[in-house]
Amino acid sequence: MTELAIRAQKLDKWFGKVHAVRSLDLEVPRSRIYGFLGPNGSGKTTAIRMLCGLLTPSGGDIDVLGYPIPEEAEALRLKVGYMTQKFSLFGDLTVDENLQFMADIYTLDRKLKAQRIGLVIERYGLGKLVKQRAGTLSGGQKQRLALAASTLHDPELLFLDEPTSAVDPENRRSFWEALFDLVAEGTTILVSTHYMDEAERCHALAILDEGTLVAEGSPEELQQGIDASIVLVESDQPRRVGKMLEQQPFVHSSAQVGNVLRVMVASDLESPEKAVAEAITNQGLHLDYSRVAKPALEDVFVAATRAKKGKA
Amino acid sequence: MKSVQRILAVVRKEVRQLRRDRLTFGMIVGIPVIQLLMFGYAINMDVRNLDAAVADLSSTSASRQVVMDMAHTQIINVIRQVDSADELEHLMRQGRISVGIYIPPDFDRRLQQADRSAMQLLVDGSDTVVQGAAAQLAQVTQQSRTSPYNDRPPVMELRTYYNPERRSPVNTVPGLIGVILTMTMILFTAVAIVRERERGNLELLITTPVRTPELMLAKITPYVFIGLIQVSLVLLLGQFLFKVPMAGSLLDTYIITLVFIVANLALGLLISTLVHTQFQAMQLSFFVLLPSILLSGFMFPFAGMPRPAQIIAEALPLTHFIRLIRGVMLRGASLQELSGELLILCGFIVALMALAILRFSKRLD
Repeated sequence: MTELAIRAQKLDKWFGKVHAVRSLDLEVPRSRIYGFLGPNGSGKTTAIRMLCGLLTPSGGDIDVLGYPIPEEAEALRLKVGYMTQKFSLFGDLTVDENLQFMADIYTLDRKLKAQRIGLVIERYGLGKLVKQRAGTLSGGQKQRLALAASTLHDPELLFLDEPTSAVDPENRRSFWEALFDLVAEGTTILVSTHYMDEAERCHALAILDEGTLVAEGSPEELQQGIDASIVLVESDQPRRVGKMLEQQPFVHSSAQVGNVLRVMVASDLESPEKAVAEAITNQGLHLDYSRVAKPALEDVFVAATRAKKGKA
Repeated sequence: MKSVQRILAVVRKEVRQLRRDRLTFGMIVGIPVIQLLMFGYAINMDVRNLDAAVADLSSTSASRQVVMDMAHTQIINVIRQVDSADELEHLMRQGRISVGIYIPPDFDRRLQQADRSAMQLLVDGSDTVVQGAAAQLAQVTQQSRTSPYNDRPPVMELRTYYNPERRSPVNTVPGLIGVILTMTMILFTAVAIVRERERGNLELLITTPVRTPELMLAKITPYVFIGLIQVSLVLLLGQFLFKVPMAGSLLDTYIITLVFIVANLALGLLISTLVHTQFQAMQLSFFVLLPSILLSGFMFPFAGMPRPAQIIAEALPLTHFIRLIRGVMLRGASLQELSGELLILCGFIVALMALAILRFSKRLD
């Protein structure tokens, strides 16, 4: 048994003239939550669809759980679960009917079927909803049902495509707890997201931008390895200060968070907070304070996508 | 075994969804009833080139003259010369001819006897338009008897087979079964897969182990029963409201209808694999439906259509079904006598189903 659940090499996908995924190399270890972080249109969904055999790659090699993909996609289907971005169960069937249907499609025998359906209903809190039509469920309930349906056949690998985009924070939190339960049982999870707080929960991350892998590692590694410094600045004219700073050659970007500016500057400065402070006072603008801060995942994301554009 | 479990799962799901889809459910009953009432009245049309056979047992110059006169009207097109009235009847039951001309051995003598008709015209009454045309033919031959008065018995005695009272519902109702099935069966299945594509269900289904032929088979199974319900409804109403006779066997009627239902469902499936939205699916269904109604022989006799229209008509399942159902219900023909048409319908099923399965890919690209 390999230690990797997924290995992809030089994965490419063209849609006509659009290069959706560009030479993507990927190694996802087993029993981990691996995240795809990237903005809309960065190729996350396309990459996931290629990995589970729904799209034929334009180039490259894929191995998922030991199966070459897309050649053996049919054999893989029994071992993977897939939760689509949009709710894709049947809205005009009840929760119970949807689960029955999925159990039969995965050809669980009678005993196992009853046992697994009972288990997921309890685990994902669907007990009171079994007779309700799926179309009338709330966002969080739909998502729990989708997770229940995609794990009915106890898959070794679970693909989740932006699973929490229609869910409130509390539901999102309990959803992630459920994911960690699955991982503890040995399931490997590949999840795509554009939420930083979700990405931070992953064991490892791949940051995608315009189809290219721009950074990879655990959230901590990524934060430590960032090629920039972060300076927090407070001023009574944050908009003016922010615009002025973005003109400075050593400043990568500036973003306002409340009254505070989060300024990303070049990593080769000896004293980044002083350089920023000087730039502000030189322009005769007011400054309350400037100090260096620990980089957040969002900074990593901004730095990584910026670095790629710089090269281009 | 696993395959059966998956097929049953999809069938059960389809039936549940269908039961909850009130509009579709209403169409199952509504379309047959409305259509049956609407088409209770037939449309008469001038006809040309009806296929005819001649049994000229007298073979005199007078008899040849009569046949030539009739051929000159262009209403009939003599395709066969046979030796007996039985052969004429046989050809007609097979649907090979619409008109049979029987000239008895003593034709010349009868021609002189003003109180007897001299010959017989056998007409396939399962088509009212053909009947009308035959009446015109009878006029033609009247001229060969020279008489100052018009009160003599006609030269030719007209015998209408299979629908002697010339009631149009008798002809319309069997064909209407075909039209209704074409309308509903193609439409229901054409939207079946596209609807799941639009709702996102398909993305889920193709990530599961269900195989394409299983999915296709399961998708059409519930509609086979719906089709049979519709047929029963039309047959019952036809019997009750219009007294449509059943000359052949009821079992044969259901057998040919079943084959036709499956052919239409396969066509609907193929359509659903060709389009991207439910609206396109409906457009394409009507693209098939309209020529089916106009060219199949349901409204206008096949024989009267120009050659290109006939070629198109041969490519439509409804054309073959109309021949079959009229044969069984009105002429009492057996399935052996109509086996050619039945085989063609089976050919449609195999070809359409194979194409649909090939077209449907368990991939998104």
